[in-house]
Amino acid sequence: MSEPLVSLENLTVAFDDRPAVDHVNLSVHRGDIITIIGPNGAGKTTLIKAVLGIQKPTSGKVSLNRSLVIGYVPQHLTLESTLPLSVERFMQLSGRSAGECEAALDRTGVKHLLKASVHHLSGGEKQRLLLARALARKPDLLVLDEPAQGVDINGQASLYELIRQLRDELNCGVIMISHDLHLVMAATDKVICLNQHICCSGHPADISHDPAFIETFGHQVAESVAVYHHHHNHRHDLHGDVVSGTAGSHGECDHAHH
Amino acid sequence: MPIIDSLLDDFFWRALIGGLGVALVAGPLGCFVVWRRMAYFGDTLAHSALLGIALSFLIQVPLNVGVILTCVVLAVVLVFFSRTRTLATDTLLGILAHSALAIGLVTLSFMPDVRVDLTGLLFGDLLAMSRADLLWIYGGAALILLLLVSLWRGLLMSTIHSELARVEGVQVERLRLVLVLMFSLVIAVAMKIVGVLLITALLIIPAATARRLARNPEQMAGLAVIFGFIAVTGGLSLSWYLDTPAGPSVVVTAFATFLLIYGGTPQQQT
Repeated sequence: MSEPLVSLENLTVAFDDRPAVDHVNLSVHRGDIITIIGPNGAGKTTLIKAVLGIQKPTSGKVSLNRSLVIGYVPQHLTLESTLPLSVERFMQLSGRSAGECEAALDRTGVKHLLKASVHHLSGGEKQRLLLARALARKPDLLVLDEPAQGVDINGQASLYELIRQLRDELNCGVIMISHDLHLVMAATDKVICLNQHICCSGHPADISHDPAFIETFGHQVAESVAVYHHHHNHRHDLHGDVVSGTAGSHGECDHAHH
Repeated sequence: MPIIDSLLDDFFWRALIGGLGVALVAGPLGCFVVWRRMAYFGDTLAHSALLGIALSFLIQVPLNVGVILTCVVLAVVLVFFSRTRTLATDTLLGILAHSALAIGLVTLSFMPDVRVDLTGLLFGDLLAMSRADLLWIYGGAALILLLLVSLWRGLLMSTIHSELARVEGVQVERLRLVLVLMFSLVIAVAMKIVGVLLITALLIIPAATARRLARNPEQMAGLAVIFGFIAVTGGLSLSWYLDTPAGPSVVVTAFATFLLIYGGTPQQQT
């Protein structure tokens, strides 16, 4: 197995002596899609902030491969209304060339919004813009904090599918937080159930039977995940409701519903 | 050049040239004040300038130096305290702003042999601009513009999304410090024109006016400079012809421009 892109050894982050992340061991390799799930306040965001290097560990170690390029997709892009900003300018601020920026926007399906103001974008369009911004950096590691927030249910499925495709194209590692249990299960290799410590982890198909998972999320969720996972092997096209009006410039409408 | 030399002999032209220099940097810096919601922060620094003046008399240093040093110390204290979060930021700023102003006034009253034109310091004075002041203004403006241009992308990114900026390698904390140091500098040099009580207005109003018309951050900064020029030129002319106080006249002109732009242009959400 290759060198991990990032590895956490016994990572603990405590706020006022209360651990938000407790002795977590984790490594991400190229090609991995690792999804962190867990109840509110489980330390998911704290964990990925430690991975990103913007949260200092209280103890333990975060080792990042040197010269690693990280693409980060934050939970929100809340822009002050006083700050005028077009999609194009926001992309340029990544420091990448105009060509790279446009290609990235094209890949996430929002190239037609190039001249639009960021203030006008819907939740789904903003997520795709943030993803394009991360993509333009040609990341080795893609870190996403609830990428499907504010995206409708069709859009969510296609967004997760897009993330899976990007993993293949960039051969990068992916680590993400998600609440959309049943959707995540279809497009992930490894699920980590976090509740301060890692309470269980493994392949999505197995984890829903794990007693620790059932204890954290309850029988109902565990069953619905298991059931939903069974059905969820079809693909959605990239459109969803996210791309509005001027759609049609995209040629990838493979309606492969089984 | 003799023409410039004779211009600089005239106190009105000195004030105008100085004011334009201030507006040149107040435009882009004011945008950051607006974007980062630092209006109250700017006010606090400006109010501490009076304390800086009192201290300058006390320890016998040039006024500009005393003001810059006081602002810098206060700025660093504020940045440090806002991290600890025991007090809400606006409470902390309120305490420091008014305390600094009050301590400055009290200290000055203890120095009866020091004659200072308090009204001039608080509200600006058309007559007060010396050739040395012009050097300070244009030296400071050159430094600030140089910093702004070279750090623009990082400053803007950390304003848009500080965590994203940090992941992309922007030194967010360091830039925040550089930004407040630039504020300190601009306050020290703008004091002579508009006075300590009105400096924040010169930062905010042109930037807010520019927001109405701008589609991009850089456009907004550029337009803010232009609206700053208009405010300074109009205000100082007003002061010259009608014998009104310089600072308030500049602010009134800026406010009139603001009303005109917001009243006269269609709203565009950009």
